[in-house]
Amino acid sequence: MSKQYKLTASLGDQILRLLTLSMAIGVLVLMVWMGWQMFDTARPSIQRFGLGFITSRVWDPVKEQFGALPFIYGTLVTSFLALLLAAPIGLGVAIFLNEMAESRFRAVVGFLVEMLAAIPSVVYGLWGIFVLAPWLKTTVEPGLAKWLGFIPLFQGTPVGFGMLAGGLILAVMILPTIAAISREVMAAVPNMQREAALALGATKWEMIRVAVLPYAKSGIMGGIMLGLGRALGETMAVTMVIGNRPDILASLFAPAYSMAAVIANEFTEATYDLYLSALVEIGLILFGITLVLNFFARLLVWSVGRGPKGGSIV
Amino acid sequence: MGHTLSVRQLEAWYGSNQTLKGINMEIASNHVTAIIGPSGCGKSTFVRCINRMHETLPGSKVKGEIILDGESIYEQDPVVLRKMVGMVFQKPNPFPSMSIYENVVAGVRLNGMRNKKTLQDIAEKSLRMAALWDEVKDRLNYSGMSLSGGQQQRLCIARALAVEPSVLLMDEPASALDPIATMHIEGLVRQLKEDYTILIVTHNMQQAARIADSTAFFLNGELVEHGPTSEIFTNPNDKRTEDYITGRFG
Amino acid sequence: MNDIFRKYQNWLMLIVFIIATIIALIPLFGVLGYVLKNGLSALNIQFFINLPKAMGLPGGGMANAIVGTLIMVLIASLIGIPIGILAAIYLTEYDRHSWLSTVVRFATDVLTGIPSIIVGIVIYTAVVLKMGNFSALAGGLALAIIMIPLIIRSTEEMLKLVSHSIREAGYALGISKGKTILKIVLPTAAKGIITGAMLAVARVAGETAPLLFTALGNQYWARSLNEPIASLPVQIFQYATSPYKEWHQLAWAGSLVLILMVIILNLVARFAFRSRSI
Repeated sequence: MSKQYKLTASLGDQILRLLTLSMAIGVLVLMVWMGWQMFDTARPSIQRFGLGFITSRVWDPVKEQFGALPFIYGTLVTSFLALLLAAPIGLGVAIFLNEMAESRFRAVVGFLVEMLAAIPSVVYGLWGIFVLAPWLKTTVEPGLAKWLGFIPLFQGTPVGFGMLAGGLILAVMILPTIAAISREVMAAVPNMQREAALALGATKWEMIRVAVLPYAKSGIMGGIMLGLGRALGETMAVTMVIGNRPDILASLFAPAYSMAAVIANEFTEATYDLYLSALVEIGLILFGITLVLNFFARLLVWSVGRGPKGGSIV
Repeated sequence: MGHTLSVRQLEAWYGSNQTLKGINMEIASNHVTAIIGPSGCGKSTFVRCINRMHETLPGSKVKGEIILDGESIYEQDPVVLRKMVGMVFQKPNPFPSMSIYENVVAGVRLNGMRNKKTLQDIAEKSLRMAALWDEVKDRLNYSGMSLSGGQQQRLCIARALAVEPSVLLMDEPASALDPIATMHIEGLVRQLKEDYTILIVTHNMQQAARIADSTAFFLNGELVEHGPTSEIFTNPNDKRTEDYITGRFG
Repeated sequence: MNDIFRKYQNWLMLIVFIIATIIALIPLFGVLGYVLKNGLSALNIQFFINLPKAMGLPGGGMANAIVGTLIMVLIASLIGIPIGILAAIYLTEYDRHSWLSTVVRFATDVLTGIPSIIVGIVIYTAVVLKMGNFSALAGGLALAIIMIPLIIRSTEEMLKLVSHSIREAGYALGISKGKTILKIVLPTAAKGIITGAMLAVARVAGETAPLLFTALGNQYWARSLNEPIASLPVQIFQYATSPYKEWHQLAWAGSLVLILMVIILNLVARFAFRSRSI
């Protein structure tokens, strides 16, 4: 009489449960499998070049020499440039929409900002080739060279296609990510925090500064990291405007190359196994970086969603 | 016809919290039995044990025995059991994706009945028993959510009746309704006992006095007293029952 | 004095945020404006019915690319939507709070951040190399992998909005858990799930990178799903980076069509199925 009773389930129910369970586990398997698949293909390159792969500047398929440093460099410079531009603007958009705009205005502008994320990458690239790059070449780069030319970043011939163009286009593409995540975490800040600040006589800006931003800080950091992740892996638009030359030059005007771009351009031309293997190794590095970045970014965003961390009532 | 229920040494836990501590109770058929008691006394858990809904909550545990018409409910598939023991919840919860008609026949149809004529007959019969037919017969294809709160609750009663249970559990069915809708539901309960064994959880003692043949008083997971309603309210055996119904605590 | 300073500071910051928002929207209108201007002038009926023509010849179109995109998005949806919905059902209906669900949820979030070109590489090594050729199937499969995490997350959000009392009502009627999920919970959340699926479709319809070395591209009609197939984004990429003016124009026209597809999907998803309350 004191046994504990169990629920029984019919066959159909058990099938549904197992089916959904296997799909859920499938997501984990998919992630691991993707990593393994790439590691397996990249193995010849990893064994041949070791750590030298990421420190060598020479990329010469004819001589079977493969070093990924120029691509890593181009990826990092364009991504950080994009972050520098998109993070403050994205955060500003989020603050404006969440804390200041009226609700109807908020819906319309919020939708427009989301549309920025909906435009396909290849269309940004097309616009970059025919609108952005020529404008940079004739107007922006000469101007920058004239006024800021004492900094090595802004020296050299204006070309249009280069790291500046790549960084700018990436900034546009990651801005909606940063804005959306920042909005999400700011919306998770309890209204009580805001009211407490206002009740003490704070102005709107002071309320945002002392009650909203500290509370949402780690989530906003997470959003910026997700933006960075997107910038690092973005392929088409960068491929179309970065100039595609495996050089490491200080000038932002100079043509460069990115990790994703070299994969996109050379993958179908990789005529022998080591060449393909080297390209896949670049992909593997990109996979690893974005995986780690996303992991920590999600941790930060989740921590905000789950409750207060840091930040207190004034 | 309703069935008798006998509950023996029923214990229930939610997490580490024991909500029922050895309940023994006989429930007569074709009676309205009211379960009263202060919040947290285990009265909701008690009725949820009878159709084995309590066990669906994560972290829950049950011991003891409940005999429905001579057979242990724990020997049966809970899904089958719930066709015999219907339930009406505190808040009306019609299925939002379904019309009034689909709501009423949901239980029968999802268990395999396909015949359209039969389904229509069941819908009409159930809605009539729930005293809702005249109000909705012209708009059976409207969403169930288009009805008022009291109508929604009667729709939920009709939905439970359509499965033809022998026992009907009602967990504070009128607590979310206004007085007029409450009156409708109470009238309905009195009629339904012709055909069903009814257990009704209520925190409203006047309601228990109005509709119940017998009343059980729960306190801290124990059954303090169970007897004819008139006796419980006029001449309780236990001091604690008297304190509760005279409003001295709870 | 101090109060006046605070007041002006408040106004100043408000203006800064408004300017940030305006700056953010300039590229949107810039891109849309140019695509509209250049695309409309190049768009005509031939674009929709003709195959691409050799460089220099007028009257080329992207009929095969449009159809190719539709085919691969369809393949991706047929694979990705059911898998995503089933996985989401597990996460919300069967095992909401377990460590397994937390890990799967986390993996799903991380997967959405993996660059889409990575998916292209994986499908190339796992499918294209094994089958020996580029194909519509490989392309559709790559798009499906991108769709799955998107569908899981949006479906999960929608299922969470369905009140627990609806599920209990189902159980209390003697309806099994499986039927309660499939016939009661899913229909209740259907609008939101469809919205999420449409947004995911819009997202993958514009993907180029994962198709470059899975579907490859094709100047002609593909005769089977096991052949290289053209797609709008890849065709736009190839034409945009070519040296020919006629092809540039076609790239603009293609972009206009692609953007319209994506925006219409977004608008329909958001406004036709807007009601999210359950």
